Amino acid sequence: MNIKEAGHLLAGIITKCEAEYIEAHLEESEASHLTYRGKDLESVDKTGAVGGNVRVLVNGGWSFVSFNNLEDLETKVKQAIEQAKFVSGGEAKILQYPPIVDKTKAEIRQNPVNIPLKEKKQILDEYNQVIWEVPKLQTSVIGYADGYRKYIYMNSVGSYIEQERADVTLRVGAIATEKGEVQQAGISLGSRGEFSAIKGLHNQIRDMAQNAVKMLSAPQAKGGEYTVVLDPILAGVFVHEAFGHLSEADHVYENPQLRELMTMGKTFAGKQLNIVDGAAVPGLRGSYKYDDEGIPAQKTYLIKEGVLTGRLHSRETAARMKEKLSGNARAVSYRFPPIVRMTNTYIEPGKTSFKEMIADIKEGIYVKNWYGGTTSMEMFTFSAGEAYMIRNGQIAEMLRPVVLTGNVFSTLKNIDAIGNDLDMNEGGGCGKAGQSPLPVSNGSPHIRIQRCLIGGK
Amino acid sequence: MEEILELARKFAEEAEVYTVSTEEAPVHFEANRLKAIQSKQSTSVSLRLIKNGKLGYAAASGEIDARKLVDIAVETSEFGMPAQFSFPSERNFPQVNILDPEVETVSIGEMIELGQKLIDPVLKSTEGILCDAGVSRDSVTLSVANTRGGQAQYKKTTFGMGVSGTLVRDTDMLFVGDGQESCHPLRDTKALTDIVLHQLELARNTAGVTSGQMPVIFTPDGVVSAFLPALMSAFNGKTVLLGASPLDKRLGETVFDKRFSLFDDPTLDFAPNSRPCDDEGTVSRRTALVEKGTVKNFLYDLQTAGQAKKQSTGNGSRGRGGLMSPAPSAWIVSPGETAFEDMVKDIKEGLLIEQLMGAEQGNVLGGDFSGNVLLGYKIENGKITGRVKNTMVSGNVYQILKDLAGIGKETKWIGGGVCAPALYCANLSVASK
Repeated sequence: MNIKEAGHLLAGIITKCEAEYIEAHLEESEASHLTYRGKDLESVDKTGAVGGNVRVLVNGGWSFVSFNNLEDLETKVKQAIEQAKFVSGGEAKILQYPPIVDKTKAEIRQNPVNIPLKEKKQILDEYNQVIWEVPKLQTSVIGYADGYRKYIYMNSVGSYIEQERADVTLRVGAIATEKGEVQQAGISLGSRGEFSAIKGLHNQIRDMAQNAVKMLSAPQAKGGEYTVVLDPILAGVFVHEAFGHLSEADHVYENPQLRELMTMGKTFAGKQLNIVDGAAVPGLRGSYKYDDEGIPAQKTYLIKEGVLTGRLHSRETAARMKEKLSGNARAVSYRFPPIVRMTNTYIEPGKTSFKEMIADIKEGIYVKNWYGGTTSMEMFTFSAGEAYMIRNGQIAEMLRPVVLTGNVFSTLKNIDAIGNDLDMNEGGGCGKAGQSPLPVSNGSPHIRIQRCLIGGK
Repeated sequence: MEEILELARKFAEEAEVYTVSTEEAPVHFEANRLKAIQSKQSTSVSLRLIKNGKLGYAAASGEIDARKLVDIAVETSEFGMPAQFSFPSERNFPQVNILDPEVETVSIGEMIELGQKLIDPVLKSTEGILCDAGVSRDSVTLSVANTRGGQAQYKKTTFGMGVSGTLVRDTDMLFVGDGQESCHPLRDTKALTDIVLHQLELARNTAGVTSGQMPVIFTPDGVVSAFLPALMSAFNGKTVLLGASPLDKRLGETVFDKRFSLFDDPTLDFAPNSRPCDDEGTVSRRTALVEKGTVKNFLYDLQTAGQAKKQSTGNGSRGRGGLMSPAPSAWIVSPGETAFEDMVKDIKEGLLIEQLMGAEQGNVLGGDFSGNVLLGYKIENGKITGRVKNTMVSGNVYQILKDLAGIGKETKWIGGGVCAPALYCANLSVASK
């Protein structure tokens, strides 16, 4: 049985059941991966998966059953309803939405999974060659992945949405060593299924590899507070980690103190700051037409002119907080229930050029690129892949990569310049509640932050 | 499974089929209340084959079409790495106890009760705290068979529970929590909640820190968050093979403090990461990685061992997508001789760190780390005086572990993957604002 046949069966079953609300997902996916470690192609694989889930809301609590055989769907629905009886007295509820029946396409020229392995290998071989031409390079790591997913969402009020999406990601890393010292540099990028996005990166990859070597002789930053300028990639990570997660309503709705802290209309930053999240922004890795609860995608201003104006919601959090749906309920696969997630998150461009931004900095740090970032709501840390001193308005010597940390609220207030050069980074994958990696994009123009804490000697 | 193996044999010299079926039943509490009950079932099959001396791979979950699986594996083998090993023909494995049928008899009702017992004392202790809790029972059935006659199959049960609390006051947030895992059912909620209550007690006051060099104690949880990312990459045979491990070429050298020993051990009875064999059917064994400060071994799977001209240590693990690579089973850091209280007493001004955030983001390979103290306390004149905030700790794992001021004599399991004592470092760089 394929998911189409199973879908029609399942829709018939759930619309007949007695429960407050039932929704179901079915999914068919395929993927391919190519990994290089060192000079050789280390592994190539192709995988396929089929599966689904049923989620039931009863007595204010959720029951969830996931499976990966499509037989005997009725028993699975029954199991979910039975199991739900254990949950009682909870406060879960959802916002209803008029039923939608629709079909969307992946909108790509070619399914990336079907591109011959030979063609993928050819491009990656070239990139690896570029890295290995750089002296003092110890090794390289390349990870390419693509995927294609067909999925069906349905619920007990009659929605039936068939969607398709494709995804391509590439991560390239170079590792340089000298006298027991190890330094690494990397880039990561991706696209919503368009394979051409990973072509023609030779120069970028050469620069990256050369940077890994240069870092070997770079000094470590002295720990402390600095005026810091972030490039669009790192600023994008910052906005995702530091503010995006805090805008996810599931972190806020059960927490009275946090709710108060995140009251709409509160001023968080200077007038020049606008932060957006939205799957309706087209063509990016976080774009889609409907979220995994069948809600149409939107574009939400989280911060407008420095003031908190929006939040990311699922049906449940919107109902609980009595706010508007935003279409942000997403699941990485059928094995998980949808939860509130970001999509495409970015700081809107301002008017300052990069040159103006660094012109009056006597001593500061310019941070570029990223290794990663995590947040614990109030505190965040993110790692720059590259760092340079700024001295007297000029980019000066290279530093070892640095980690930046701070309190979200004071850091947002300390953003005092926003560049005119918005750039989106599509190489990221977001993790939350065991669901990882979720395709997202984030971006920003260059931004300047006063008094940012940098770890170091 | 037999069918796939038979079919693969027609197209390739060697083949291996790996299947894993899991059943998970987590119960989840959010914001002090029962929130969701889940049950998850999944089965997946991976096929690895050697054709013309090269490795091919395919995997599927859900509907398994043997022919398609073989075709894909044959297609990928065209680009595959030359296989540097033969599949093991082992059929007999040591007895490692990892199945307790009682786990599967724990009812959802009992699990809900346990969750409530995890939350209640924490809730009662601190006004305004929000607790999440989880109780889960899982079982996994795994089998691996190859065309050289090797065959292994086992079933494992695991039971886990955890509780966490979040306390928000103005823009200040405090996170506490702990968890436990076993192959047996767990019932002692008090052991866990006592730890959390103690964290809350210590965090009641806030203490200021001045930037500079100072002594730092890492609790077992702190050891995991600060040191483990670097060590796990350095002892991975693959990192070593690529020359990217700082421990490469230092086998047999005393790189660490003479009191520091580290083992990879998948043979401990009822430990959640234990197993009779690894994911490619190699017999499980205890591997010394560091013994009394000396680097003894690295972790290998078959292919990496073949390339490095070593033996597999039984650490073949199927990661995401099912591809094989060496990975730790459970890491055991040997206890030392210093009582935790004595470490604290020894410090005039320093820190005690339970959770460091972001240490895995730095230059992991080189061992440099720099993390924000998510949960940590100030020590003054031999006493813990309060929680520290807005504080970053930086250092180098290898420099720290070369010269420790002390190793704790008590150890603690963190999740199912690490058992470690507290480590006492004489001098670390701390930045605070």
